[in-house]
Amino acid sequence: MSVSLNRAYGGGFADPAVDSARAFRAAMNVMAKPGEIRDLDSAQPPAPLSAAAGTLLLTLCDPETGVYLAGACDTPELRGWLAFHTGAPVVAAAEADFAVGTWAELMPLDPYRIGTSEYPDRSATLIVEMDALEQAGATLRGPGIKDSATLSLPDAAALAGNAMLYPLGLDFFFTCGGKVAALPRSTAISEG
Amino acid sequence: MSDYNFAYLDEQTKRMIRRAILKGLAVPGYQVTFASREMPMPYGWGTGGVQVSAATLTPEDTFKVIDQGSDDTTNAVSIRKFFEKTARVAVTEETEKASVIQTRHRIPEAALTEDQILVYQVPIPEPLRFLEPRETETRKMHALQEYGLMHVKLYEDISQHGAIATSYAYPVKVSDRYVMDPSPIPKFDNPKLEMAAIQLFGAGREQRIYAVPPWTPVVSLDFEDYPFEATKADHACDLCDAEDSYLDEVILDDAGNRMFVCSDTDYCRARREAGHVGRLGEEAA
Amino acid sequence: MYVAVKGGERAIENAHAWLAEERRGDTSVAELAVAQIREQLSLAVNRVMAEGSLYDPDLAALAIKQARGDLIEAIFLIRAYRTTLPRFGATNPVETGKMACDRRISATFKDAPGGQVLGPTFDYTHRLLDFKLTAEGEVPEAPTAEPRHEPTPHITEFLQGEDIIQREPESEATPGDLTRQPMSYPSGRDIRLQSLTRGDEGFVLGLAYSTQRGYARNHAFVGELRIGTVAVEMEIPELGFAIEIGEVELTECETVNQFAGSKTEPPQFTRGYGLVFGQTERKAISMALVDRALRWRELGEDDLGAAAQDEEFVLSHSDNIQATGFLEHIKLPHYVDFQSELELVRKLRREAGVEEVREAAE
Repeated sequence: MSVSLNRAYGGGFADPAVDSARAFRAAMNVMAKPGEIRDLDSAQPPAPLSAAAGTLLLTLCDPETGVYLAGACDTPELRGWLAFHTGAPVVAAAEADFAVGTWAELMPLDPYRIGTSEYPDRSATLIVEMDALEQAGATLRGPGIKDSATLSLPDAAALAGNAMLYPLGLDFFFTCGGKVAALPRSTAISEG
Repeated sequence: MSDYNFAYLDEQTKRMIRRAILKGLAVPGYQVTFASREMPMPYGWGTGGVQVSAATLTPEDTFKVIDQGSDDTTNAVSIRKFFEKTARVAVTEETEKASVIQTRHRIPEAALTEDQILVYQVPIPEPLRFLEPRETETRKMHALQEYGLMHVKLYEDISQHGAIATSYAYPVKVSDRYVMDPSPIPKFDNPKLEMAAIQLFGAGREQRIYAVPPWTPVVSLDFEDYPFEATKADHACDLCDAEDSYLDEVILDDAGNRMFVCSDTDYCRARREAGHVGRLGEEAA
Repeated sequence: MYVAVKGGERAIENAHAWLAEERRGDTSVAELAVAQIREQLSLAVNRVMAEGSLYDPDLAALAIKQARGDLIEAIFLIRAYRTTLPRFGATNPVETGKMACDRRISATFKDAPGGQVLGPTFDYTHRLLDFKLTAEGEVPEAPTAEPRHEPTPHITEFLQGEDIIQREPESEATPGDLTRQPMSYPSGRDIRLQSLTRGDEGFVLGLAYSTQRGYARNHAFVGELRIGTVAVEMEIPELGFAIEIGEVELTECETVNQFAGSKTEPPQFTRGYGLVFGQTERKAISMALVDRALRWRELGEDDLGAAAQDEEFVLSHSDNIQATGFLEHIKLPHYVDFQSELELVRKLRREAGVEEVREAAE
């Protein structure tokens, strides 16, 4: 078996039902509590994807969800890995249910689906690969936050613009190594 | 049950439900449609809550199920058994020890913590359904935030009865945007909807999932001159003497004598164990 | 001293044990074999397969046995089992034009290629109880004839040839599946037909009947009703061609309905369509009538406000598993909500000046 095939078949969940259940709980907790950072590292995707981003894809994607691989993420190895483990089709940004890449690679935000007034849930979720992830920086307020929280955001102004679209808009996961945080569209952002 | 997957549902179904839960959390109070599956228990008996719990539970969880506030009602027993078998989770009747609580018609009296998840079984998720039976219409009303019909209904109550004649499934507005049905909890429980725990709502037959993240503002609809009032029977629990808990009325004899007891059986038990004694109770052994 | 009711678990176990005993009935009477149900109660088996959306006569028979003959309960068992099955793929559309017909009748033409074949029908039986059946009786063998080998063409094809019936749009699109996607309105005809074919027989029958009595009346001729078996074929990617994986019995009904024409269409006939698993002709005819009634918008007809024209009404209420679950759930405890209503009504009465008969709890 060639190296690339090993990469495609390896790095999945050891026990898919239980690993994805645990991973979902982490993903749900951070989406419910913007600013919170949790461990998420049960998958080992091919480079350049982080363990956390790979775990999210395995937990949430399947043949029913289109995935946009932005920039350096769009490699044959990663396409193979995604296809083997999830069966999710790789699509353009405008059709994506999930998109993954660095902030610069994912830009601009305009093409992604933000939902419709009758179905605001029909919107994309962006998985943003970060160099660092910490509870510092922009101030967050809104559902899931008792008073206020802080989180290192890639571009607070653009994300605040997304929040202005509420109840439409994009939802974000931020991943760094084996860590994950999230920012739903419902969060109000002010520069920290 | 070993022929079935962990937590019964297949992985693709769980992923579909999990995606719906995440979108629900991102838009608090908005009802996300999902392709509800046919469960091995009847529609109307908690299939939505069961599917949400199945997509949420991990083997490390401790699971509690209540119906009417009680762990021992038959449907609660049946659902608890189901997950004990299919998800191999530990179960408890103690509210504090539970990490996931599935409920029908009540919010526990004890304040929940941010490490807990409350899953509601919802029969009719659409708060506007009894005013407008058509999904196509109510969807537009939510889109346009056109909730006048609901206020008219509440106002008509006041002009006819002098009070808002809704005592359970009392509508709330979530995060100042969506009017939401809190499931048929008594309005006594409405103030508790602003809590530390994650709240997930599942309606299987109606194919809807919605959510309220921790600390999200949840306001019961009312009018300035007729403010919302969380009410309960004007008694103390006859077993544990609690004055702050929702009470069930029990008919004691043919003469129609009544007693009032906590609907939340675990809350009542804990109080009695701590030495509280009500009018008809006896000292804990 | 009052003790709160406990023992829900014991009560459930005991109820289940009692239920099992009742299901078996008098043990001095021989137990029903699943094969007996499959062979001798085949119309019940067919209904369970049709509304359970799973073609498996043995499982349907087992479900009927387990459900003590309650067909909705049996359908429920099949549905709950069906959702757990992995999906290997989709078959090609079945070709009902190639059906090996056991029954084929047309109400629109006296005769047509393929003929009028009554088949095993109750139609002309006199509904007199056959007391011979109380004893076990052998049945005489029915006469047989050489089966027809050439395909039996659809009656509507002849009308199509004359271009006097509306042409149905052809599509290569994959039909939707309401068991995998949430319903949204308005839906497509694919979803409507799926909903009707698995919908409750009594509900669909009642709606169809209402159209006959004038609630969105659109007089239907049974252009054709056929019952028989068709081959089920599936493309196997590894082989590059379709192979036959089995056969299923189906009932198909096409109605021919009047249509006055519109601005863009000259007067012509239109159709309603019914296709149901097994020998289920009451259901298939009903389905065709309701399908036709639901097509008013596409045909530019008036919305007469009739129940059978109302897609959201029909599709939201046709499923008997949803309906029976929600209907029966009201027997579950609701005392928390009732208590809150009780408090409210007492309060309103107090405020209205009604004197309380007695103070509760005193």
